[in-house]
Amino acid sequence: MSSDVAFAGSRGPNIRDDCWVELKPGAGAIRIKSRVLALYGASIRRLAEEVMARLGVTGVDVVIDDSGALPFTLMARIETAVRRFCGAALPEVLPEIHPAACYAVSRHRRRRSRLYLPGNVPKFFINAGLYRPGAVILDLEDSVPEGEKDAARVLVRNALRAVDFYGAEKMVRINSLPLGLEDARALAPHGAHTFVIPKVESPDDVAAVDRVTRETGRQIHLVPLIESARGALHAASIAQATPSVVALGLGLEDYLKDIGAQRTAERNESLWVAGLIVNAARAAGIQPLASVYSAVDDLDGLARYAREARASGFEGIGCIHPRQVRAANAAFTPTVDEIEQARRIITEFEKAEAAGAGTVAVDGRMVDRPIVERAYRTLEQAQNT
Amino acid sequence: MSLVQNAAGRWVPSDVNGRRAEPYRGVGKYVPEGRKAAPPIRSCASFPPNGNKVAPGLQEALRRAGLRDGTVISSHHHLRDGDELAAQVFALVAELGVRDVVWLPSAAFPCHGALIPHLESGILHHVEGSLNGPLGEYASRGKMRGMAVMRSHGGRYRAIQDGEVKIDIAVVAAPAADAFGNCSGVDGPSACGPLGFALADVQYAEHVIAVTDHLVPFPCVPWHIPGNLVDQVVVIDRLGDPSRIVSGTTEITRSPDRLLIAEYTARLVRDAGIMKPAFSFQAGAGGVSLAFTIFLRDFMREAGVRARFIRGGSTKYLVEMLESGLADYILDGQCFDLEGVRSLRRNPAHVPTSPFHSYNYHGKGNVASMLDCVVLGATEVDLEFNANVVTHSDGRLLHGIGGWQDALFSRCTILTVPSFRGRVPILRDRVTTLCGPGELIDAVVTERGVAINPRRHDLLAALKGSDLPLRSLADLKAEAESICGGAPAPAPVTERPIGVVTWVDGTVLDTIYGVEFPEAP
Repeated sequence: MSSDVAFAGSRGPNIRDDCWVELKPGAGAIRIKSRVLALYGASIRRLAEEVMARLGVTGVDVVIDDSGALPFTLMARIETAVRRFCGAALPEVLPEIHPAACYAVSRHRRRRSRLYLPGNVPKFFINAGLYRPGAVILDLEDSVPEGEKDAARVLVRNALRAVDFYGAEKMVRINSLPLGLEDARALAPHGAHTFVIPKVESPDDVAAVDRVTRETGRQIHLVPLIESARGALHAASIAQATPSVVALGLGLEDYLKDIGAQRTAERNESLWVAGLIVNAARAAGIQPLASVYSAVDDLDGLARYAREARASGFEGIGCIHPRQVRAANAAFTPTVDEIEQARRIITEFEKAEAAGAGTVAVDGRMVDRPIVERAYRTLEQAQNT
Repeated sequence: MSLVQNAAGRWVPSDVNGRRAEPYRGVGKYVPEGRKAAPPIRSCASFPPNGNKVAPGLQEALRRAGLRDGTVISSHHHLRDGDELAAQVFALVAELGVRDVVWLPSAAFPCHGALIPHLESGILHHVEGSLNGPLGEYASRGKMRGMAVMRSHGGRYRAIQDGEVKIDIAVVAAPAADAFGNCSGVDGPSACGPLGFALADVQYAEHVIAVTDHLVPFPCVPWHIPGNLVDQVVVIDRLGDPSRIVSGTTEITRSPDRLLIAEYTARLVRDAGIMKPAFSFQAGAGGVSLAFTIFLRDFMREAGVRARFIRGGSTKYLVEMLESGLADYILDGQCFDLEGVRSLRRNPAHVPTSPFHSYNYHGKGNVASMLDCVVLGATEVDLEFNANVVTHSDGRLLHGIGGWQDALFSRCTILTVPSFRGRVPILRDRVTTLCGPGELIDAVVTERGVAINPRRHDLLAALKGSDLPLRSLADLKAEAESICGGAPAPAPVTERPIGVVTWVDGTVLDTIYGVEFPEAP
């Protein structure tokens, strides 16, 4: 026993879908306080007994103060409390894999919106997929306080197995290295599609994450984030670090802080690095992904930001609230007019080609091979949404 | 207490608070006959010719009204959670040493938890009306004498009209009044909007007292209640807390789950062809309903569709729709914010209504059944689309029926519910308390999909080709239970009935049982 008493989780009048677990030496009693005691009290008790038995822990009293936690959360909180209590090596107590949680995602999949979810707040997980983000990012890094890194890792592991994200790509933002390597090793076997690696400054960081995930026998996509001046310097080699890299992301706030600039509405300070990321990603044949837009209530501003990002060559943006997802998806989806024009360009060009010409005028503009290729990409994007 | 099985298969008492009770027979099956109740004859000779009916005080007025043990006192709920008058009235009743009084509000709010000590001391015998929050909880624990009788707004009007309940003294909170008793809801510090929920009371009570904190010279107009129906007028310092009577401004929910449900609902109304020129709809001011109105407004604008009328509770959003030409009329039962009150005061197309117009079952028809669609909430729904709106899954009585049952008669009734709420699945095999028969409920919209009642072939046909996530209730229920870790245990109810839910026609639809929470397992 490493400590006299251990806690995990959260409680309080404003807490939803979480629970608080407290352990101390005792005779093995389990006490339960719950908002759903009448309806799920017996079920919570059964689950708690099962988790304690699978962990092989005896001689402790457990108090659960529950605010409607779902089973995967209850299991994670109990496991974390026991790990903190014992400090020794313990087996993992894994929830069953949800049948609908098993799906593969292609490296070429579009990533118009990726919705950040704080990794230690279970209430955001369960409905996240309903808003149709291209990806969810279960975050272990900036949104998780230092003292909760262990709890978030267990919770995210359980969520990857038990939560149906309705087809969204399951990304995990691991911590920066070296802690991130432990995150990657622990989570790779549980259904993560993609690891987002923060604050990458060298291709070696990416290669290291790739190595530990391959050791688990899994093929996990990687998205390095460029968030510093040094990272920007190596953007090209980072983008090409390993074949597992599927996209290159920009973490604008941290980057601007690092170079001593401030984010402005005109975005002059961001143009260089945006161009750099797009160029580095395209040169490596991967997707460039733009940063988040942090004014949650300004949906018009978000739509403008997303349209500008698309015009600059980015394939998607990060979202920090579900309300942003729709506007983000819309901005990166060709409009009816764009689709119509693309069709016309292709038809006219094919006619011209059949007649032996290499160019043709459509709507008063000269169309040649590169423009036709862009038209094909527009149609592909329209199909692929 | 003897229980009989009604047409919905529920066991219900045949005697409620000493009155014989008819078991529910089915929608439209029970058509009572006979004559309506009537108030006593009054004559001008008994009232001062100068029209001044101001009494020296509330206590004196109650005494003159014949307050005695067992008196039934009614009040309206337009002051909502800001009401301070009910507390004043029962404090005076207590001072007068009168006991076993019955309170018949048109609805109760959390602020009325302050009356619980009067129930405990015996000054109040029981509350007969929609029990919300603390009063409901009190009744649920079996502490209230008499049975809770849950009636809809229309059902309350009906019960007063057919004599099922007799009001001895109607105490009418009047935000503005003159000495003759004309009452208006749109002026004064406690302005609340229309006063329609007091209409049955003033028409049928033995004695009517109008209480105001804003006495104006005759005439007080618009006279939502005509002084000709009022026996006495009382002036007091303050009727209530204005900030809790109407909100300064109504805000739209930021909850992404609620917004998703609201959006699906608006798309349903649009895609099913309900949103067409000169249509009508009703949606309240709750989180989902208000957001639904905003989504629908945008669709209406996009399609250039104008509604003939919208049934309030009005908010600034309905007012804006009226003023920007998206609707010809608002038929308003209550104002939820100050913009609603302002519009009602100024705009002849913003019409005050009462449960008589909207819901009354003993009327010669009502507005509810003419509505093209209505959006309502629920606490539980079963696979036959039967719904509960008064108790939670753990059996506790926490909500009134309001106009919910009455509004089910609209041409398309849509229930908006999350598939589960704080780990409690809303979709059940059997609702804890039956409040609305599934045959009147046409669609259930959740954050995980939309279920259309299979009886509505027309809706299903109209929605062919819509990209709404249409699913069966069974499918949605299975998913919610899989997320919540299985179906919940049955509610820990006792064998003892503590109340009944009446149907709009006065028959007894279901029984509400007491709850007994077990010790921690």
